[in-house]
Amino acid sequence: MTTLVGTGSLIRLALRLDRVRLPIWILVTAGLVLATASSVAELYPTEASRRQIAATIGSNPAMTAIYGQVYDTSPGAVVMWRLAITGALLVTLMSIMTVNRHTRQDEEAGRLELIGATVVGRHAPMAAALIVATGANILAALLIAAGLTGQGMPVDGSFLAGLSFGALGITFAAVAAAAAQLAENARTVTGISVLVLAVAFVLRLIGDAGSATWVSWLSPIGWLQKAHPYAENRWWIVVLLLAVAIVLIGAAYALVSRRDHGAGLVRPRPGPADAAASLNGPFALAWRLHRWSMIGWMIGFLVLGVMFGSIANSATDLVKDNPQVARIVEQMGGKSALIDAFMTAILGIIALVASVYAVQATLRLRAEETSVRAEPVLATGVSRLGWALSHLVFAAVGAAVMLVAAGLAMGVAYGISVGDVSGQLGNVLEAALVQLPATLVVAGIAMALFGLAPRYVIGSWAALTVFWLLGQLGPMLQVPQWLMNVSPFTHVPKLLGDISATPLIWLSVVAVVLMAVGLAGFRRRDIG
Amino acid sequence: MTHAISVSGLVKNFGRTRALDGLDLTVSEGEVHGFLGPNGAGKSTTIRVLLGLLRADAGTARLLGGDPWGQAAELHRRLAYVPGDVTLWPNLSGGEVIDLLGRLRGGLDPKRKAVLLERFELDPTKKGRTYSKGNRQKVALVAALSSDVELLVLDEPTSGFDPLMEAMFRECIEEEKERDRTVLLSSHILSEVEALCDRVSIIRNGRTVETGSLAQLRHLTRTSIQAELAVEPTGLAGLPGVHDLQARDHHVKFEVDTAELDGALRHLTTFGIRSLTSQPPTLEELFLRHYEDEPK
Ligand SMILES: Nc1ncnc2c1ncn2[C@@H]1O[C@H](COP(=O)(O)OP(=O)(O)OP(=O)(O)O)[C@@H](O)[C@H]1O
Ligand SMILES: [Mg+2]
Repeated sequence: MTTLVGTGSLIRLALRLDRVRLPIWILVTAGLVLATASSVAELYPTEASRRQIAATIGSNPAMTAIYGQVYDTSPGAVVMWRLAITGALLVTLMSIMTVNRHTRQDEEAGRLELIGATVVGRHAPMAAALIVATGANILAALLIAAGLTGQGMPVDGSFLAGLSFGALGITFAAVAAAAAQLAENARTVTGISVLVLAVAFVLRLIGDAGSATWVSWLSPIGWLQKAHPYAENRWWIVVLLLAVAIVLIGAAYALVSRRDHGAGLVRPRPGPADAAASLNGPFALAWRLHRWSMIGWMIGFLVLGVMFGSIANSATDLVKDNPQVARIVEQMGGKSALIDAFMTAILGIIALVASVYAVQATLRLRAEETSVRAEPVLATGVSRLGWALSHLVFAAVGAAVMLVAAGLAMGVAYGISVGDVSGQLGNVLEAALVQLPATLVVAGIAMALFGLAPRYVIGSWAALTVFWLLGQLGPMLQVPQWLMNVSPFTHVPKLLGDISATPLIWLSVVAVVLMAVGLAGFRRRDIG
Repeated sequence: MTHAISVSGLVKNFGRTRALDGLDLTVSEGEVHGFLGPNGAGKSTTIRVLLGLLRADAGTARLLGGDPWGQAAELHRRLAYVPGDVTLWPNLSGGEVIDLLGRLRGGLDPKRKAVLLERFELDPTKKGRTYSKGNRQKVALVAALSSDVELLVLDEPTSGFDPLMEAMFRECIEEEKERDRTVLLSSHILSEVEALCDRVSIIRNGRTVETGSLAQLRHLTRTSIQAELAVEPTGLAGLPGVHDLQARDHHVKFEVDTAELDGALRHLTTFGIRSLTSQPPTLEELFLRHYEDEPK
């Protein structure tokens, strides 16, 4: 296996580079599972209360669409029901990012070329990245298992719960490894992997929400939800996930031998010899760099909008007879009719996804800077302000485009399902746009970090993760109000049709100030 | 004479590393100025301060009569920069990058672009990473040379070039010189510097250690002398500028600072010269001396 020579030293290098990031991911994932476990124990202490929630959820396609079925009334099963999606997102994103960073991202930056010429075999970088990601997933799995056991849950169920998360993470590490062989740049690798993740999510959503339940079986996330720990304990689900991972790794392994270093399997086509007359300024350049990602995201938002819009109507049957769950939904979504609560809750999630878009579009500035593509541009007649704004505009306008796309799609789909498109479209669109200022605050945080502390731009992802967790789990974990207030999304008005402008103005002011601070900082600092 | 670039006492720290430590650099209008120094001497850092990408901690820098930090965008329209390490966007073709960079500087000459593409044998339809290192540099170089600017700032522009392209580069710079463009050329290729530059500055550890025309610098080099004499010579070791003296009977071998050559030869003639060979000074020796000798 000479093609694996040097894997050991690459593993050590990767562990060193990820010595902060990986432990944080793992601890957050495990900590979240434990916190949820203890709050479920508090919220649904009796068998009767758990039976009630299971029945309510089971009769409600909207709720099962988001969280899946409550498959059993044991406390552990309720925890797994509530956590499957959040936990799945955490482990899969961790795996995708880790593998991408140590394979294609390094290769693109030319770092692997340095290593590749020495004593490192052709397959070693991929092997090292996969081993590190697998190790991280196993560690997360064991921590989850130990934690759940420690909370008094059955040992076998707890281990299955942990291992099914771990196996899902490993599967997506393999997805990223295969994607890294196909595409030439790391951005596309992330794109492909996240697309696979999104498709997996949508498939299980369709299956859980509708009558075609078999569709969930097409999705690895669906499998995770069907492992049913603390009930049937389907261990073979873990085997199934790992089998898929092995097949994908085998494919990636074979692909490595079939391509040149630095190249993907998909060869880029030649471009024009001269630039179009329209490619004549920083904004035109930024448009070229952002357009495909923007269009791709927009399609995603349209799909999300149609999906949620068409199931929203059934949300009315939700939780009429469980005051505790109703209270949580109200806290998450507002006091008006439950359907509005459902809509605003969904739009809250959509706003978080729009923030992911806004942050990555803003951080494109940093990517351009560290890859020294910014330097030649800034050495021309383009001012620093103009260059920074050219990208920031795509983050801000892009976030608005995403929310409008989701709002339009959701409004039309919901309108069709209740036979009142003209009446509903405006409402839903307005409710979507209300999320914009909070989304821009997140982009503002990224911009401020870029201007003032460029080495710590990763902090904007940390901030967004905290906001996401607060929004999703804060009410259930009964987080104190001052902590909830940290998140801009806490301040988004939750009433459809009767929206108060004050918090929106404040959020907008905060967003603008953060962006201005970032721009001012960027004008004064060193490039590089 | 006006100066295209004048820098004095420039200091730049990166955390605890002092990259520039009181650097001086003057480039007159219309000259090709060689900028030399060992790895890590501070050449790229100086250039990036001049481009307003880095802010100096102390000292003054003037570029084309303006302030490189405060008037960056204005000044940049009058210059073109080729970085040592060129990265291109994966989804833009080389031709698009050339046009774009030219337009961002205020326009480029399409005819000249076509000629340069031909001369450098560059395929403008490839994209980003599919170019080799040398070809990526050619993209930046063609963009710079086809813009109508007063000053070219080139940071090791030929480090990825093959000898044929290197010769083509020299030809192009000669042409720029004829058009009275000013060129600041950072380079590790001494023959290139010797062939192209009117004046050079050598820097080391963030300080200028030598600056002047090539003739002046030659003056600072050492000539090596071998002679056979009629009588055994005396007193050679005490002469100013004489180094590495080896004497055996009537044979001597030594190096002498070119500035002190006259005195040394006068002294030798007093012993009756039977044969004499002298090796002309090379700049290479001077550079190597400056790169190696000085203690940190
Ligand atoms: N952004 C930075 N952060 C920290 N240190 C830096 C940075 N840029 C340069 N340095 C340091 O400053 C010193 C000068 O570097 P510089 O790149 O200017 O050298 P150079 O003369 O261009 O070398 P070379 O011939 O290798 O290109 C080096 O010690 C380098 O490590
Ligand atoms: Mg350099």
